[in-house]
Amino acid sequence: MKYMKECLILFSVTLAGELLNRMLPFPVPAGVYGMFLLLFLLCAGAVRLEQIESISGFLLEIMPLLFVPPTVALLTIYDEAVVIIVPLTVICIVSTIATNAVTGLTAQWIIQRGKKKKEEQ
Amino acid sequence: MKESLIQSSYFGLVLTIGLYVLADWLKCKMRWKILTPFLAAVAATIACLVLLGIDYDSYAASSGVLTYLLTPMTVCLAVPMYKQLHLLKKHMGAVLIAVFSGVMANALTIFFLSLLFGLEHKYYVSILPKSVTSAIALGVCEEAGGIASFTVIGLSFAGILGSIIAVTIFRVLHIEEPIARGLALGNASHMLGAAKALELGETESAMASLTVVVAGLMTVFVVPVMAGLL
Repeated sequence: MKYMKECLILFSVTLAGELLNRMLPFPVPAGVYGMFLLLFLLCAGAVRLEQIESISGFLLEIMPLLFVPPTVALLTIYDEAVVIIVPLTVICIVSTIATNAVTGLTAQWIIQRGKKKKEEQ
Repeated sequence: MKESLIQSSYFGLVLTIGLYVLADWLKCKMRWKILTPFLAAVAATIACLVLLGIDYDSYAASSGVLTYLLTPMTVCLAVPMYKQLHLLKKHMGAVLIAVFSGVMANALTIFFLSLLFGLEHKYYVSILPKSVTSAIALGVCEEAGGIASFTVIGLSFAGILGSIIAVTIFRVLHIEEPIARGLALGNASHMLGAAKALELGETESAMASLTVVVAGLMTVFVVPVMAGLL
């Protein structure tokens, strides 16, 4: 019954997430509601890690595979994509560099400031 | 033969998994290190569909189970998050402030550049969530009225290119703290950045995979606000 119980837990949480997504007015994806709910259940001890570990291990391992079909859909927007590919490329590259640099520098600044404070004490 | 393939409920599924496993085999066993199994699988799948003259809708129908599993898979992200909760508690300040700064840097650079290039709203909202994990990014894109395929283009740039140039950024800007490196990789390049972080060290890796989820959650709230601006 182990796998059946794991399926029941995961799909019940997924269903709850879907219902929250439909009923609440916030633009939060169903999976994110579900993730919060499962995290809460784990923290509260209502669900133990080993009660969800096999199925979550399976789904997390095949994750990249799940994104293949939405990416293959590029086939259907080829004509549209060609027109804006240059600005799209520039925007993506610049913003990726900016995100990386800003996150890294801010984190390093906070950590080193924390270390200095400790040394002074 | 072709008719049977188009009508089959499993053709798309077998094609997708088969090509992914093949690409992974080429990378690991044949040591084609540059190959990204994901991109190779996508390119090979597209090539097969075009060569066989099978339209996307039939492929989507027979690989639909993969799309169906996207939401439960996102729910499963709670498991690694739960395992790394102690790290979040220990470095709460640095994680929250740094990740939020990065999420805003991502949103603002995309906003100003889209304004500069005169990008249409539907494309702008599609690439806004491009730096977080695909599981959350695709949901956010859908909620904002974007086009999933464009989000995927953005995700590929952020993940593949981002994890390649990350090491150069760290060198140029003297980012040496393992925690800072992990946060930067996870925040800019989602799961692919977390994979890269694993090559740098254990702290980097744990911080990166934690960041992927934290950044994803912040993006859920930042994107709707930013979407209203353009």
